Amino acid sequence: MPSYVIVEKCDGCKALDKTACQHICPNDLMVLNKDLMKAYNQAPEMCWECYSCVKICPTQAIEVRGYADFIPMGASVTPMRSTDSIMWTVKFRNGTLKRFKFPIRTTDEGTAVPNGGFDEGAADLNKEELFTEPESLGAELFTK
Amino acid sequence: MPEFETVEITTDLLILGGGMAACGAAVEAAYWAKKNGLKAIMVDKAEPDRSGAVAMGLSAINQYIGLKEGDNTVKDYVDYVRNDLMGITREDLVANIARHVDSTVHLYERWGLPIWKDEEGNYVHEGRWQLMINGESYKLIVAEAAKNALGIDNIYTRIFAVEPLMDGDRCAGAVGFSVRENKFYVFKAKATLVAMGGAVHVFKPRSVGEGLGRSWYPPFNSGASAYFTIKAGAEMTCQEVRFIPVRFKDAYGPVGAWFLLFKSRATNALGEAYMQTRKDELEKWLPYGKVKPVPANLRNWLMMLDVNEGKGPIYMRTEEAIAKLSEQVPDEKARKKKLRELESEAWEDFLDMTISQAILWAGTNVAPEEKPSEIAACEPYFIGSHSGASGAWVSGPEDLAPPEYFWGYENMTTVKGLFAAGDASGASSHKFSSGSHCEGRIAAKAAIKFCTENPDMPNVDPKQVEELKAKILKPLDLFEQNKGTSSDPDINPNYIRPKMFMFRLQKIMDEYAGGVTTSFTTSKQLLEKGMELLNFLKEDAEKLAAENLHELMRCWENVHRMWQAEAHIRTILFREETRWPGYYFRSDFPEMKSDWEVFVNCKYNRDSGEWEFMKKDIKRIF
Ligand SMILES: Cc1cc2nc3c(=O)[nH]c(=O)nc-3n(C[C@H](O)[C@H](O)[C@H](O)COP(=O)(O)OP(=O)(O)OC[C@H]3O[C@@H](n4cnc5c(N)ncnc54)[C@H](O)[C@@H]3O)c2cc1C
Ligand code: SF4
Ligand code: SF4
Repeated sequence: MPSYVIVEKCDGCKALDKTACQHICPNDLMVLNKDLMKAYNQAPEMCWECYSCVKICPTQAIEVRGYADFIPMGASVTPMRSTDSIMWTVKFRNGTLKRFKFPIRTTDEGTAVPNGGFDEGAADLNKEELFTEPESLGAELFTK
Repeated sequence: MPEFETVEITTDLLILGGGMAACGAAVEAAYWAKKNGLKAIMVDKAEPDRSGAVAMGLSAINQYIGLKEGDNTVKDYVDYVRNDLMGITREDLVANIARHVDSTVHLYERWGLPIWKDEEGNYVHEGRWQLMINGESYKLIVAEAAKNALGIDNIYTRIFAVEPLMDGDRCAGAVGFSVRENKFYVFKAKATLVAMGGAVHVFKPRSVGEGLGRSWYPPFNSGASAYFTIKAGAEMTCQEVRFIPVRFKDAYGPVGAWFLLFKSRATNALGEAYMQTRKDELEKWLPYGKVKPVPANLRNWLMMLDVNEGKGPIYMRTEEAIAKLSEQVPDEKARKKKLRELESEAWEDFLDMTISQAILWAGTNVAPEEKPSEIAACEPYFIGSHSGASGAWVSGPEDLAPPEYFWGYENMTTVKGLFAAGDASGASSHKFSSGSHCEGRIAAKAAIKFCTENPDMPNVDPKQVEELKAKILKPLDLFEQNKGTSSDPDINPNYIRPKMFMFRLQKIMDEYAGGVTTSFTTSKQLLEKGMELLNFLKEDAEKLAAENLHELMRCWENVHRMWQAEAHIRTILFREETRWPGYYFRSDFPEMKSDWEVFVNCKYNRDSGEWEFMKKDIKRIF
């Protein structure tokens, strides 16, 4: 049961047209039970434990229980993701707790400009330079 | 069966996939398309924010040359890749990516990816070519630039691309279906760029319970690129060159930081370092046995020799590495700080890209400074962008490629209008995340050029579309029509569900084509028997049944895997030598032979259904 949904916390994404967990799962595993308005992982044995659903759930309703066929019980790894960093809480089977915080991006969400502010280049389809080269390369393009 | 609306979309460039290569393609295509009054769209089976191999994030950018810094040359990188692949490499393709890749990395930095810097403001290297990053949001950032470039209306998500559309010998687009609503999609395009990743779950994974999904390579990349290019009639290359990574055992957490950054050793249970004790074995694989770094497959091989002699478990000596690193800092306070830093780096390596490994360490109370952790060879994967090489045979760039490797447009396959990048293009390993993105850019620019020079829309026979629609949706019909026969919908004499179909494929590949069970060893007799069983499976693919759209996707994923499997078996059979021990071993041809220092290419004939195999000479450019 790699990712699992805590019944009490899931609000079915308030009956919006699609749920956050279903929207994000790269393997199309998260589905909403429309009768109960609760999400579930429809094929836990196909779960990569990528935590995409865990990170995106607005109510922190999704957790991961390590693969039962090789991970002893009792540990947990829980992320708390903000717009610029992620905080991880690692709980060991023996109770040890560790916390780590890492930056996740240096710019504001949504602001990635395709040309990165580099000069866009000579705009010649017949030349080898790509869009933004040579400036984005910082060197002359190698050729033979 | 419920009605399926047919949605038809016409574009100039069709980008299939939403991963690293496809996002690179999107950024580049958007620019050139706008300049030339053309349209480009992208189609992903998932949501590009978190699709493909980088869904979870990564902790390193594995390809950066450092041209600006003068650290390395393009030739240095080509030398490294050729040697790691035991000589079988398209130097022109590797050089083409290497000369552009730094540009992609510099764009990443501007987009907001945190790349580690030292006090002087230089990138922090994990190894010669690898940069350390805080990569939890790597894929989100790269997808954001792609979306901003292409425009959200030109991105189609949750559409599973199944088959190529053809106009004679030219690719005319693709067909697929939505996994959310009853819609069949027909994409008509002047040029099509395949970037749907590699393939996993072709071979049986070591864990088959809940851990089935914990393959190193993500379970959602299922051979769509290989299937698409094979079925379009493209020449394929290196279909034998699978990749088997050695990773922390069971959860498959990364070992790169431990080997490269922390300089850890790996030893067997007796404390012997197999890279030392077995170094004579390297003499058998000259000249590649003597290059530095030792090719990945040979490192695997020396380890496997120990395992096969019962000298396991094999350990990453984390406790030793940490002790050594802290010895270097005599001051106690500084040492404590250093150890805390190391600990955080070690955990970030897992948390950024293999969170399961963090759960496994926490679940088994691992303190890496106290005791070593087990490492092991994973199962085989198809990933042309990493240390494998399987993919389509594509044209090189005019200024670098020998004439034999150049046919007009960079990264175009041998099929007109069909391009490939990332895991989808072959014989150009070690592109990784940055090189795949960069190759997507190269391919997209060339594809736009193709569109300007081939401005006519290919013709698509409506009959072809109708036939494909019927074939692709058939598993839904089959389920509906037959589900009433038995009281358990899983056990039915008239159909097979995709999960059991996948297990059958995996069992064949595991036992006959050199999977984990046979210690990656196979032979002519085993391969021929495997092919016989695979032929039954191919017949039974007609009986795949799907209860819903999700399962329909599972059906086609497994058909895709099956074709990757067939190309693999047939190519290993053709190459009568062992060239990559540690990836696979042919017991009947246990040695590497100089007359096999060639590419093996194959081609599926769309009309006759026959496979053709050929040797292609290796042309060096350096
Ligand atoms: C575990 C792991 C660790 C790695 N670590 C590193 C690292 O540290 N540094 C580094 O630089 N590289 C690393 N790599 C390599 C890197 O991830 C790949 O080289 C890169 O992602 C390849 O890009 P791609 O576009 O070919 O495939 P992907 O990025 O995997 O993208 C494939 C895309 O195709 C889509 N798709 C698949 N099938 C279909 C279909 N039928 N229809 C429509 N869309 C489809 C998927 O949804 C996805 O969007 C790692 C890879 C793995 C697996
Ligand atoms: S994202 Fe969270 S709240 Fe929304 S449906 Fe999924 S589990 Fe429930
Ligand atoms: S952890 Fe990843 S693969 Fe598993 S259900 Fe969540 S999003 Fe899907």
